[in-house]
Amino acid sequence: MQSNSSNKKLTIKLLLATALMFGFGFALVPLYDIMCDALGINGKTSDVAAIQPTGMQADITRTIRVEFMAHVSPDMPWEFKPKVVYMDVHPGEVIQTEYLAFNQSGEDLVGQAVPSVSPGTGAAYFNKIECFCFNQQPLEGKQQASMPLIFYIEPDVPDSIHTLTLSYTLYKFPPQSGESSVVSLSRSEQQAGERL
Amino acid sequence: MSKPIEKAVKSAPAEAQTTANTTIAIEGDHDHHHAPKGLTRWLYSTSHKDIGTLYLWFSFAMFLTGGAMAMIIRAELFQPGLQLVDPQFFNQMTTVHGLVMVFGAVMPAFTGLANWMIPMMIGAPDMALPRMNNLSFWILPFAFLILIGSLFLPGGGPDFGWTFYAPLSTTYGPDSTALFVFSVHIMGISSIMGAINVIVTIVNMRAPGMTWFKLPMFVWTWLITAFLLIAVMPVLAGAVTMVLTDKYFGTSFFDAAGGGDPVMFQHIFWFFGHPEVYIMILPSFGIISAIIPAFSGKKLFGYHSMVYATCSIALLSFLVWAHHMFTTGMPVFAELFFMYCTMLIAVPTGVKVFNWVATMWRGAMTFETPMLFAIAFIVLFTIGGFSGLMLAIVPADFQYHDTYFVVAHFHYVLVSGAVFSIMAAAYYWLPKWTGNMYDQKLSLWHFWCSIISVNVLFFPMHFLGLAGMPRRIPDYAIQFADINQIVSIGGFAFGLSQLIFLWLVIKCIRGGEKATAKPWERAEGLEWTVPSPAPHHTFTTPPKVD
Repeated sequence: MQSNSSNKKLTIKLLLATALMFGFGFALVPLYDIMCDALGINGKTSDVAAIQPTGMQADITRTIRVEFMAHVSPDMPWEFKPKVVYMDVHPGEVIQTEYLAFNQSGEDLVGQAVPSVSPGTGAAYFNKIECFCFNQQPLEGKQQASMPLIFYIEPDVPDSIHTLTLSYTLYKFPPQSGESSVVSLSRSEQQAGERL
Repeated sequence: MSKPIEKAVKSAPAEAQTTANTTIAIEGDHDHHHAPKGLTRWLYSTSHKDIGTLYLWFSFAMFLTGGAMAMIIRAELFQPGLQLVDPQFFNQMTTVHGLVMVFGAVMPAFTGLANWMIPMMIGAPDMALPRMNNLSFWILPFAFLILIGSLFLPGGGPDFGWTFYAPLSTTYGPDSTALFVFSVHIMGISSIMGAINVIVTIVNMRAPGMTWFKLPMFVWTWLITAFLLIAVMPVLAGAVTMVLTDKYFGTSFFDAAGGGDPVMFQHIFWFFGHPEVYIMILPSFGIISAIIPAFSGKKLFGYHSMVYATCSIALLSFLVWAHHMFTTGMPVFAELFFMYCTMLIAVPTGVKVFNWVATMWRGAMTFETPMLFAIAFIVLFTIGGFSGLMLAIVPADFQYHDTYFVVAHFHYVLVSGAVFSIMAAAYYWLPKWTGNMYDQKLSLWHFWCSIISVNVLFFPMHFLGLAGMPRRIPDYAIQFADINQIVSIGGFAFGLSQLIFLWLVIKCIRGGEKATAKPWERAEGLEWTVPSPAPHHTFTTPPKVD
């Protein structure tokens, strides 16, 4: 049997371990993002515009179906939907499509779309050259807009992937007023010269 | 040094009266000046035995409370359609039933057993940190007062399942979610303090000669459980804190709009959640490893392999959490990794079951009630283990996920596993705690009623799940009606059977055939060297262990 001081020492060590594990719980949050990024497993697509590689050849021997989905957060009074529900594309082919938004309320609102690709492992091969999700989208009351999306699927996408589902969830962007939110025309917008 | 306890009780009827009022008889053996009576004895107690008793009674009260909620669930599910309660209240019942049983019944019961038995098993006079011990118990009733009280608030209590997945608990949680969060914080603090106490006691307070590989298995399993608690309870505290700030303070840990991810909630929760299920079963393994040899007349087969198996189960428990989330859309390599790791756990668990069976093999077995519960544990826990293996198989899990098959699986390991082992422990050590033998006839009634009804209750749930009945839903398709009726009848019978146990324990405290210091002829361990009931002070001078 040992003295009180050794009890105290061990207790302090164990309390420290407890504090450390509490911190570890919070450290899991950035760790999770890092892991998802590094392994490309969460269906999170890059939030930076891709640059179309020069000399990319479309692989016409393969066809991948790309499905488009749209969700609207419950507190957002917008109608939001893809212009086409799906497209059959070849890997390496640059594709342009649109999402349509309509602000059903009378007030000016700003939306932010968050993309997700399913299956998650396909996200790494899904490259957006231009996307409305790169920016917040201001829309005046009772106005509608079509929002462009230009993307390509990398030619080395694994054979196991036949269908990719691209889903956007549209959230209300809270405090900001319309004008300040579109300050930065990102380089994606500048590059998208061929945008119609 | 101590006069025989029978005399003390007999010669003082007034004193016996007091003990009956305070519900349990652990009488001091000599000068009582530091063993106060009445309410303050329990409020201010720093005695490991009193605190152990408090934990056990609290756990039993919570077992009956959570059981009553299960009765409401089974009454509603007796017929298809909505009869008794509205769906939101049904959800609150499934949620609070789970929370109360996990954090209120099973975990405090094990802490109570640890308090009572660990110091006596290692030859220590008390727990190492007696004041913290008092605190860790007395904050617990408040946690459950807050949790159960929230059911009566406008908007109701937690209704998002005991796993409180975001966004059910964040965006869609009731107004009382903050109370749920605080109650979980308090439960966590209580179990962490309990765990620290157990570790310090075992590391520093062993009697001279009590080397690591002489520790009884119950002490070993609790030591490992305590480390698991320290490793994962803080993570749970972090998870509920994130839910709290997401819901009330505008953070976005689990909200995609702010860059968070609801799937991350499941990763954090199950990083806690899977070790948690081993927290609820490892002490059971210790109990069974004490009881099987005592009634087989043989030493525990493979003691060292038992210790190593327990350690491997604990380590593997950190590598399998995502098997709870196979259907969230994980990449195939992750599903394979978690599937194989999960199946790997069957190996050390199999070692344990093998060792118990080998201990009984060609032993001179007797079938007293603790042994009956221990054997029932081995058989039924193994059934639960096998359905766990089925759930580990990824493609099969896609069918079983969130069905009654899962409910059947975890009730087999937690009710006929953990709870049965606690019953076995109670029968095994009741004579030591109360000084009286329990009523054996009544105990057999309790055993046979329990074992029949528990199987009527949980076995048909496997079929419901395989046929596709989802869990946590108050209504079901008409073809499930017959089996649900059988399950509900089993449920009511199992609930009522536990009242036999309550009556038996009260009867045992009040009197009965006097127990000797060692009521089980072939039991081993230091706890049987002290008189029954265990006097207020034991091992003030450490025993010699050879």
